[in-house]
Amino acid sequence: MTSAAHSASAYIKIFYILLVLTIVEVAIVYLGLPKLLLAGLLVIFAVWKAALVAMHFMHLKFEKRTLAVIALAPFVLCVFLILMLLPDIFPH
Amino acid sequence: MSEAAVMHPGAEPQEAPLTPESWGKLGMWLFLAGDAMSFGCLIVGYGILRHASTKWPVPKDVLGINLTAFMTFLLIVSSVWMVLALAAVQEGNKARFNKFLGLTILGGALFLGCQAYEWTHLLGHRLPELGISFSNDLFATTFFVLTGFHGMHVTGGVIYNSCVLAAVNRGRYEAKHVEIAGLYWHFVDLVWILIFTFVYLL
Repeated sequence: MTSAAHSASAYIKIFYILLVLTIVEVAIVYLGLPKLLLAGLLVIFAVWKAALVAMHFMHLKFEKRTLAVIALAPFVLCVFLILMLLPDIFPH
Repeated sequence: MSEAAVMHPGAEPQEAPLTPESWGKLGMWLFLAGDAMSFGCLIVGYGILRHASTKWPVPKDVLGINLTAFMTFLLIVSSVWMVLALAAVQEGNKARFNKFLGLTILGGALFLGCQAYEWTHLLGHRLPELGISFSNDLFATTFFVLTGFHGMHVTGGVIYNSCVLAAVNRGRYEAKHVEIAGLYWHFVDLVWILIFTFVYLL
């Protein structure tokens, strides 16, 4: 972990990006977009924000790969969870 | 653990297996992975129940998203205060650390206050107006289970951060302990970002 990774200005920059993304998210909800487009955009913004927090605030970008593997594990498991539940989601 | 760190100072190889100094961090990450799975199951369950329901209100019409947008802002700001507190304690600046970790705790407490107000308003006014209650409506049940589970995490985080603040000032905790507490706090922020999107906005 370099000292550059910990500089306050870098964190403030991430904060502004998160703030703008949140404002955009709330704004597009009021915009009255088609449902599917809105859902797609919201999911992209949410994942983007979550990734920013994990990478920069939780230092995942500057850590050993072991921790990234641990952090990714629940997402892989959730994908399997959804796959296994598909018969319930779309019953015949 | 700290003795091992003193015996092998500095020079941590880049791709070496996790070293004794990182054990606490490794433990926190393992806990968070498990915790993420709990939240993951709740969110997936929420999605499936919503998909299977014939009537599901538009969340923003029932819940109102202005207050929760402010709550999202509070958690993001307190995450930034947490990283600034960590940077301060790493530089050995105790006064700056106290200020920023104090603000982090305050942000978490304010978030809980907003959530208490929101719940009171929903349970006392909004939901009865719409004729739905916590126990007879899937929308209400999943909402309170998800936000409640997250709210308990925020409560735990406020207590945890307060303990860290006290322990650093007594000289029992150092920067590495603050970093581990920070991981938990940012995780709570991260989960709220997802809940805010999936439960309130979508």
